[in-house]
Amino acid sequence: MSDQLTLSPNIDGADDFYAELLAVHEGLSKEDSDALNARLILVLANQIGNRAILTQALAAAALKPEV
Amino acid sequence: MNKIFEVPMYPYERHADQDAPSPVRHRVIVVGAGPIGLGAAIDLAQQGIEVVVLDDNDKVSFGSRAICFAKRPLEILDRLGCGQPMVDKGVQWNVGKVFFDDREVYNFDLLPEDGHKRPAFINLQQYYFEEYMVNRVFELQAQGAPIEIRGRNKVSAVGTHPDHVTIEVDTPEGSYNLEADWIIACDGAGSPMRSMLGKDFVGRVFEDNFLIADVIMEADFPTERWFWFDPPFNKGQSALLHKQPDGVWRIDLQLGWDIDKEREKRPENVIPRLKAMLGDDVEFELEWVSIYTFQCRRMEQFRHGRVLFAGDAAHQVSPFGARGANSGLQDTDNLCWKLKLVMEGKAPESLLDSYDVERIHGADENILNSSRSTDFITPKSEISRTLRDAVLDLSEHYEFARPLVNSGRLSVPCTYDGSPLNSADALNGPARSRPGSACPDAPLGDGFLLPKLADKFTLLTIDADAPDVLEESGITVERLALSVTDDKTLALKERYLGDAPSGVYLIRPDQHVAARRPNFDENQFRAAVRRATGQE
Ligand SMILES: Cc1cc2nc3c(=O)[nH]c(=O)nc-3n(C[C@H](O)[C@H](O)[C@H](O)COP(=O)(O)OP(=O)(O)OC[C@H]3O[C@@H](n4cnc5c(N)ncnc54)[C@H](O)[C@@H]3O)c2cc1C
Repeated sequence: MSDQLTLSPNIDGADDFYAELLAVHEGLSKEDSDALNARLILVLANQIGNRAILTQALAAAALKPEV
Repeated sequence: MNKIFEVPMYPYERHADQDAPSPVRHRVIVVGAGPIGLGAAIDLAQQGIEVVVLDDNDKVSFGSRAICFAKRPLEILDRLGCGQPMVDKGVQWNVGKVFFDDREVYNFDLLPEDGHKRPAFINLQQYYFEEYMVNRVFELQAQGAPIEIRGRNKVSAVGTHPDHVTIEVDTPEGSYNLEADWIIACDGAGSPMRSMLGKDFVGRVFEDNFLIADVIMEADFPTERWFWFDPPFNKGQSALLHKQPDGVWRIDLQLGWDIDKEREKRPENVIPRLKAMLGDDVEFELEWVSIYTFQCRRMEQFRHGRVLFAGDAAHQVSPFGARGANSGLQDTDNLCWKLKLVMEGKAPESLLDSYDVERIHGADENILNSSRSTDFITPKSEISRTLRDAVLDLSEHYEFARPLVNSGRLSVPCTYDGSPLNSADALNGPARSRPGSACPDAPLGDGFLLPKLADKFTLLTIDADAPDVLEESGITVERLALSVTDDKTLALKERYLGDAPSGVYLIRPDQHVAARRPNFDENQFRAAVRRATGQE
């Protein structure tokens, strides 16, 4: 179970989170937004840590989830 | 004053072989007197095998090239009798600093593990490295060892036969022919031997150029490795500053792809770049300047019948992580004992195929590491630069991102996992000394473990019984009996036993582990010896 990427809803207050995600990008240039996204990915990846889950997450984001 | 790399060390001299009525046969001919060819020749000669080294030049490496030499090659050089002068002359360093734009984002201390005879790394100019090896050749000659080095002897043709190899050699006084039972081709990345045999050398070219300059300066920069990503003095590119002995500093400046190499190499163009980096008031003198495009590639096979390729001739890596000479010395370390057993008829020729398996494994590991460093240092797309910069920005604030920063991963020996010479691991011991790994050093009172393991098969027993000598299929294995109490620091226990109460290790002449078990089991160890020598 712990080696399995969660693809069912898992965020409490989904709308709040999404608004926060947009807000942090507010007023940024495309370049600065891209940089922020990149930093965010790395911060989140470190939080996950688990290599198997990260691999599944990369595949899921590429819309090519491995079965 | 002439620099050491400007003086012929082994000038051309006419040899009787040149006047022989028919080609003289030698046991082993090594082509190329770079660090790897010299290492191979010293190794063989020390063990009594007649060897002739041919080099188209007569001097040590022009300019420095390699500067970082890691612990494992230093241990190999100890076995070859020339590690000490290198460590005495070399500069030791532990601290690295990483800069991004105009800020220092973090620094690290390598904190090398205690209880090893040799440091994690030294910095030493390649010309000194080669000089000490050539001196070792002369020392062996003085002791009557069967080793010769012939300067300005350029191999210009090669012919292969089932039981020998023929070559043509050009000299200032014309050409002559030679024969050899075996040839070790260590003729560098541009290997003429490889081209003459029509073998491919495929891989990846990194579309970038690096200015490599060695400057002599009285500077009070500390003995640290400084690496800059995107510094103000070299916008959009990278830079490196590293100390060598004699007040020589290595500077690497990334220049990009579309440049005029000849123009960039001229002092009037190099000096302003260096002043921008070092400051206008620093006085320096240029010792050597060159421009490189880096590549990562290897031959498909290193063994071609009786011609064995080693070093840059067999594989080439970009210098980030200092793996060229460091891994080349591990090639000949792996090869020479096998060749000796085959030449003595104590092992089948197929033992040499394990050289291919093991060192291709090593080369692939090095290529992987060097490619990843190069990709981090010189991002090849917009998104890879965005991610790279994100790692650097985060690393300034948070520790978690620092392991992702890759300005070169330090060279460590590869473990021959899955090698056909390994016996299954039967000890519940530490992973670092599993079959296939290079033995970790450990302190033994006033001395160290590794010097006791050189050049022969050893049965290392730790708190276990075993016969003093084991003879199996022509191979003599000598016991080294130790106890955990021989090392008060307990490093021996930690590195070889872990939680196991006792252990018996079969160790190859190149100090790699072939087998290990909790106790001596005669049948198992006899089988392990046969396996480690290609006889099973
Ligand atoms: C800028 C730079 C930095 C580097 N930094 C490092 C580092 O820090 N650490 C590290 O480990 N490595 C480093 N390297 C790599 C290192 O220099 C090489 O891996 C090393 O020199 C390879 O040794 P070799 O003996 O295989 O080949 P070479 O040193 O190239 O020697 C080949 C020899 O063969 C001879 N030869 C060629 N053709 C013939 C012929 N036809 N007949 C007879 N002789 C011939 C040549 O004259 C030469 O002497 C660096 C390289 C560069 C360019």
